[in-house]
Amino acid sequence: MPLNSAYAGKRYPPTAPYQVGREKIREFAAAIADDNPAYHDVAAARELGYPDVVAPPTFSFVLTMNAMTTAMFDPQIGLDYSRVVHGEQSFEIHRPIVAGDEVVVDATIEAIDGSGRHEFLTVRADVRTVAGEDLVTTRSILVSRGTGAAAGGAS
Amino acid sequence: MNPPGGTSIDPSSLAIGDIVAHAEFRVRRIDLVKYAGASGDFNPIHWNERTATSVGLPDVIAHGMFTMAQAGRAVTDWIGDPGRLEQFTVRFSSPVVVADDDSGAGVEVTVRVAELLDSGDRVRLDITAHSEGSEVLGHASAVARLR
Repeated sequence: MPLNSAYAGKRYPPTAPYQVGREKIREFAAAIADDNPAYHDVAAARELGYPDVVAPPTFSFVLTMNAMTTAMFDPQIGLDYSRVVHGEQSFEIHRPIVAGDEVVVDATIEAIDGSGRHEFLTVRADVRTVAGEDLVTTRSILVSRGTGAAAGGAS
Repeated sequence: MNPPGGTSIDPSSLAIGDIVAHAEFRVRRIDLVKYAGASGDFNPIHWNERTATSVGLPDVIAHGMFTMAQAGRAVTDWIGDPGRLEQFTVRFSSPVVVADDDSGAGVEVTVRVAELLDSGDRVRLDITAHSEGSEVLGHASAVARLR
């Protein structure tokens, strides 16, 4: 089944507030084996001008996963998870996330393009503080393999 | 936020094409299990060979976001203050296949100067990443603030 392109532009309500914890940042940095002191050591982060430890650039993907999942698996869009491949990912960082930030995320289906063999679903997620400060804009391109027009919109 | 510390990189010392960072590392199953736990991405194709092969993959594959994080590290190790990374984009061209053995998969990341922006206030970097001869990240780039 091809994806329902009428849903391009649909924006989903923001997630419940999430507080970014110092230990979560440290755990994530350890999991990517990154010992940059700004991720682990409050004093080192403060020396750089931050109020607390800084999150690695790709950490915000963790924050966006719930909002993205809601958008991707909107039954109206008709995405089959077994066909999905993560095609591209981008981060536009307006202000680095630091421990103590309380954030909300909302996801938008930015585009659905299905002229080739595969269909491409672009999901944007906006990470903001609860006070409304923009932190990060992420874009994920998800590939729905073999459901495009050139593949005959295969079932 | 405009951190006082951070980079001491002089834009006039950079030429287009200069290699500013190069990193080689190995990805083992344990790394994927740790990343799954820390990120909350428990898709079994990243830890269960039975699931991975049932969907046509040769074996367990690394999370694309794990590989992207390693490419990011190559950049932030160079710029010093990780908060100076403003944009970061990759295409996942092919998966990093991680066998169930002690050596895992080798990954190699190279970062080059692509363009100076805003009279040298910022730099755009091109990033390449390969694993066992295959390109794993394509069209990968980052923009970092230098001053």
